[in-house]
Amino acid sequence: MKKKLPLFALFLFFFSLLLFCHSSLAFESDELLVDDEEFGLEGGSKPQIKPHEPAPTRSTTTTTRRKVSDQDSDSKIQFSLEHAFGDSDFVPAGTFSARLKTSSHGGQTLTKLRFSRNAFTGEDKEKFEKLLQDDDFYRIRLPSNTVSPPGRDYIISSVKARCLPREGLDEHFVIHMEGVNILAVNYGAFGACSYPRQLKLPHKWSFNSHTVLKNSEQAPRAPIFAEEVLGENGEGEIIPPPERSFWAKYWMYLIPLGLIVINAVTQAMNMPEEGVQGGGQTQQSAAAIQRGPGSAVRRR
Amino acid sequence: MAIRFIILTLLFLSSCTIPSLSLYEDQVGLMDWHQQYIGKVKHAVFHTQKTGRKRVVVSTEENVIASLDLRHGEIFWRHVLGINDVVDGIDIALGKYVITLSSDGSTLRAWNLPDGQMVWESFLRGSKHSKPLLLVPTNLKVDKDSLILVSSKGCLHAVSSIDGEILWTRDFAAESVEVQQVIQLDESDQIYVVGYAGSSQFHAYQINAMNGELLNHETAAFSGGFVGDVALVSSDTLVTLDTTRSILVTVSFKNRKIAFQETHLSNLGEDSSGMVEILPSSLTGMFTVKINNYKLFIRLTSEDKLEVVHKVDHETVVSDALVFSEGKEAFAVVEHGGSKVDITVKPGQDWNNNLVQESIEMDHQRGLVHKVFINNYLRTDRSHGFRALIVMEDHSLLLVQQGKIVWNREDALASIIDVTTSELPVEKEGVSVAKVEHSLFEWLKGHMLKLKGTLMLASPEDVAAIQAIRLKSSEKSKMTRDHNGFRKLLIVLTKARKIFALHSGDGRVVWSLLLHKSEACDSPTELNLYQWQTPHHHAMDENPSVLVVGRCGVSSKAPAILSFVDTYTGKELNSFDLVHSAVQVMPLPFTDSTEQRLHLLVDDDRRIHLYPKTSEAISIFQQEFSNIYWYSVEADNGIIKGHAVKSKCAGEVLDDFCFETRVLWSIIFPMESEKIIAAVSRKQNEVVHTQAKVTSEQDVMYKYISKNLLFVATVAPKASGHIGSADPDEAWLVVYLIDTITGRILHRMTHHGAQGPVHAVLSENWVVYHYFNLRAHRYEMSVTEIYDQSRAENKDVLKLVLGKHNLTAPVSSYSRPEITTKSQTYFFTHSVKAVAVTSTAKGITSKQLLIGTIGDQVLALDKRFLDPRRSINPTQAEKEEGIIPLADSLPIIPQSYVTHSLKVEGLRGILTVPAKLESTTLVFAYGVDLFYTRLAPSRTYDSLTEDFSYALLLLTIVALVAAIFVTWVLSEKKELREKWR
Repeated sequence: MKKKLPLFALFLFFFSLLLFCHSSLAFESDELLVDDEEFGLEGGSKPQIKPHEPAPTRSTTTTTRRKVSDQDSDSKIQFSLEHAFGDSDFVPAGTFSARLKTSSHGGQTLTKLRFSRNAFTGEDKEKFEKLLQDDDFYRIRLPSNTVSPPGRDYIISSVKARCLPREGLDEHFVIHMEGVNILAVNYGAFGACSYPRQLKLPHKWSFNSHTVLKNSEQAPRAPIFAEEVLGENGEGEIIPPPERSFWAKYWMYLIPLGLIVINAVTQAMNMPEEGVQGGGQTQQSAAAIQRGPGSAVRRR
Repeated sequence: MAIRFIILTLLFLSSCTIPSLSLYEDQVGLMDWHQQYIGKVKHAVFHTQKTGRKRVVVSTEENVIASLDLRHGEIFWRHVLGINDVVDGIDIALGKYVITLSSDGSTLRAWNLPDGQMVWESFLRGSKHSKPLLLVPTNLKVDKDSLILVSSKGCLHAVSSIDGEILWTRDFAAESVEVQQVIQLDESDQIYVVGYAGSSQFHAYQINAMNGELLNHETAAFSGGFVGDVALVSSDTLVTLDTTRSILVTVSFKNRKIAFQETHLSNLGEDSSGMVEILPSSLTGMFTVKINNYKLFIRLTSEDKLEVVHKVDHETVVSDALVFSEGKEAFAVVEHGGSKVDITVKPGQDWNNNLVQESIEMDHQRGLVHKVFINNYLRTDRSHGFRALIVMEDHSLLLVQQGKIVWNREDALASIIDVTTSELPVEKEGVSVAKVEHSLFEWLKGHMLKLKGTLMLASPEDVAAIQAIRLKSSEKSKMTRDHNGFRKLLIVLTKARKIFALHSGDGRVVWSLLLHKSEACDSPTELNLYQWQTPHHHAMDENPSVLVVGRCGVSSKAPAILSFVDTYTGKELNSFDLVHSAVQVMPLPFTDSTEQRLHLLVDDDRRIHLYPKTSEAISIFQQEFSNIYWYSVEADNGIIKGHAVKSKCAGEVLDDFCFETRVLWSIIFPMESEKIIAAVSRKQNEVVHTQAKVTSEQDVMYKYISKNLLFVATVAPKASGHIGSADPDEAWLVVYLIDTITGRILHRMTHHGAQGPVHAVLSENWVVYHYFNLRAHRYEMSVTEIYDQSRAENKDVLKLVLGKHNLTAPVSSYSRPEITTKSQTYFFTHSVKAVAVTSTAKGITSKQLLIGTIGDQVLALDKRFLDPRRSINPTQAEKEEGIIPLADSLPIIPQSYVTHSLKVEGLRGILTVPAKLESTTLVFAYGVDLFYTRLAPSRTYDSLTEDFSYALLLLTIVALVAAIFVTWVLSEKKELREKWR
């Protein structure tokens, strides 16, 4: 409840904003709307919508609604979700409703998508259980055109039925839109569905639906900075190569030198052992080290 | 001490020499080879004047114009015209220019005969399509110029042969006349142009060729109507067919009068039912009619009557008439008789007389004779000799002279459709290579030759033979498998329905096979090659084989044909004519006990058929029944669908190997805004070494690696034409990455102002694609990489130790993927013909993109340049990781051309095959030419280079050992001295 209040307030705010916009009739943003809004809706059994609501009534409602809202540039539309169990025929399973927004240059986009799902009947439940038993597909379809359904054809998507049951039945729609056309719908479990899929019956036979509307992203432009670089160094000045470190420059001399030193040291270390036995060893060796490579050379 | 120092530095220096990535001049040809072809010859022009006596100029179906050496068949010069620049006719003008008419009669070019330089080029305009005709009259000369007459696009043009200037043009399209023939009247500067208006009105124009002035125009209607080609029988008579195709119509237009004469085919004693057509020919007083399966030679007698001269089966081929010495004519007839081919040269108009009759033995792998061209020469005894250039069914080109094949060219290799590779036989221990290649006798002979060679007794032929043997037994061209996997057989399928096995070492043809043509199928076309059987662990005794899928006819609904070919022997093991079609062929990742790979064929009713049809295969298939998914891309409809197997086919005939499928998902692109232009998936046999990618911040990113990724590119329908046909505002390119199991769109991105053609390559977790940016007026290449976020938490070492990670959990497409994508775009200078990526045995070696450029070269570009993580100022850590500072365009380094100075003309495809050595990949680029090389994208880090000096290494070791001894002895002596002191 706590959560809903700010949401409601937000809606109110937006609505007033919208009203304001229309009264002034001044500015309409041509900004590309990236509708990545996510609506976590408590779908399922809404008492007022009966399961298997006859299609004609729904279509009439849409037309009237469109008529009403003709004068504002956005109108409400509805389109239905249909489902099939395994290879059965498709039957209506729910309704999507959204606002159709017409931008000034004629492009139409859908926003504020809402979804209400019809509750499972007993028959549906049986069929779904059968699917779970067989690890078969639960299939859904949407019209490819939301304004004049079904458009060219229906968009089909399917999921292994065993992926859906969790607490209730969790489903997740990602609807890819292009204007008023639906390109594709990705339908599946909300989370993971690991293989091998376990048979698990849901506790609650109601759907927990999440829907996301997605439009295409803009590709990043190729970086253009060749002109700048040319402008800066237009006089053809040559950029000096970065200064290399001492080691990078002289390693080829340093390594042999190091080897010689090591050699000399080892020689020097050996010498006292064979030379004087007993006292004065430390002094001599220290002296040898002090004398450094020079002595080594002499010894050779 | 000094010695040790010197040796040490020597050793150090020798280890420092870094092998260079590019080739040195003297390394060219060591591990690469290049072969040049021309394709199936369409027209050939011999020339008998000084400049071109030893040459023949040919044009081919691959749109190549080439000048060949008549003695050896080598290419003097060659030009590959574009794909859309189809050659319509060639001829020689002024004795020094080769004239070509191409692009449906709209481009006329002249090439210098000796060196192939282009002299001039003219574009001929016209309004209507018509049959392109090229006529180079021999006697229409004005000063030193001579005229070229071209009829194309409804117009007749006269073009100067010196500079290609259009002297005059006459439009016939305005009178809606379709020009059929342009005829030169003997010894005058008048020409006849004949044509139809509609199908029944015959027009004959008499034109002054010098200025285009119309001298006379006659027209007459023929109630029967005309159809098909016309055959010119004499300069004022031609023969054609009426619309019923049962009556031969002789049209004579002499003395400004047009007369028709009808001869019913049945009057000639022939059954006219079936397909009747007149074949284009240029024999005087005679023409050829093809009826069903046989050909009729019909002569026009002096009383304008038609009479059948000869009747042959349809395999017989006739050449055009050749004029030799004082207006005498001759033509060649080629007939098949068993394994032999009979060539007879007959004088014009006299069928029963033979000038030359020769019979040559012909390899049956060459199929039938398709075309013959003849040429005459003066023999040493001053009599006339004839040579014939023969084009065979397998697209090979032969020159026959004095009953012998002087040379042949395997020009089918210019039209490769598909390529696959096969391993060579394993070298058996104890048995010499001789067992595979030679018989014992040949082996002995080889040794005798070598002995002769060492004793300096060999004749020049022997020396050549020894050289050949040496080449054969040299390491790179052996017929056995090698340790590094460099030697392979490239199995190529060509448009000629001929399969070749090329040795990867030197590119020679090991075997070739013209696929068997069944009775049921008249015009089979071949489509693809698949590896059918690759013996591996067990079934080592079996030879590997390939599956050739073809279809009977052109449409995709035509029934499929399967052939199985042994890759060691080149024998066709089996061949089936199927009842169903094959729209799609899917090799499955399962093999049966004899290592035969299971294949699924999808027919046009979306049913799938399992091959091989064995009970073992079906039992393997049943186990994986529910895990088999496939997708189809209907580019014309803009629909992509995913399918799964449903049940066995329910038909009248019970077929255990046929399965019904159902649609699981669909993606429908709106027709008005998107059109599919490219769909690319990952190579099925690609190996990825690791999923993890460690970044510079000691962080791990997990690549999203799925075998079921599909890259799809769509463009605005308006912008689907050629570049420049659409404004940047109405052009866009949308790219998708789709999971083909669930139909989930993983990534979707729009490039505004961009258009195709799109060339893409998908590998590991990245896709690279090439397209044109209309706003920037440049080509661009974009890269997109996908990373898996669901595994991103596995960074904790403690978690890994305790096993609380999900790295070993199986991945399911039904899980909601948590992915991130990274993209970056770069400019690229070239337009591209093909893109491929190197593949190595274990996938450890870094990748290179192989880009077939518009200049028909292959450029190797490091994938590092196409890294979306490139930034303008990479941090020190990023630099160490190998990230290159961001630039706006991709560098083209001349040394990184894989093809170095060579060109693979007409480049169509690039194939990369991993060698057994991880660092190395084998690259085969094909088009009209073939090119093969070996690449090491990260240098050969796992083997010593070939030029590594083992001698120096040995010398160093020996010197070191010696030095140790010397110093040891010295120190012993010194010690002794010290002790004595």
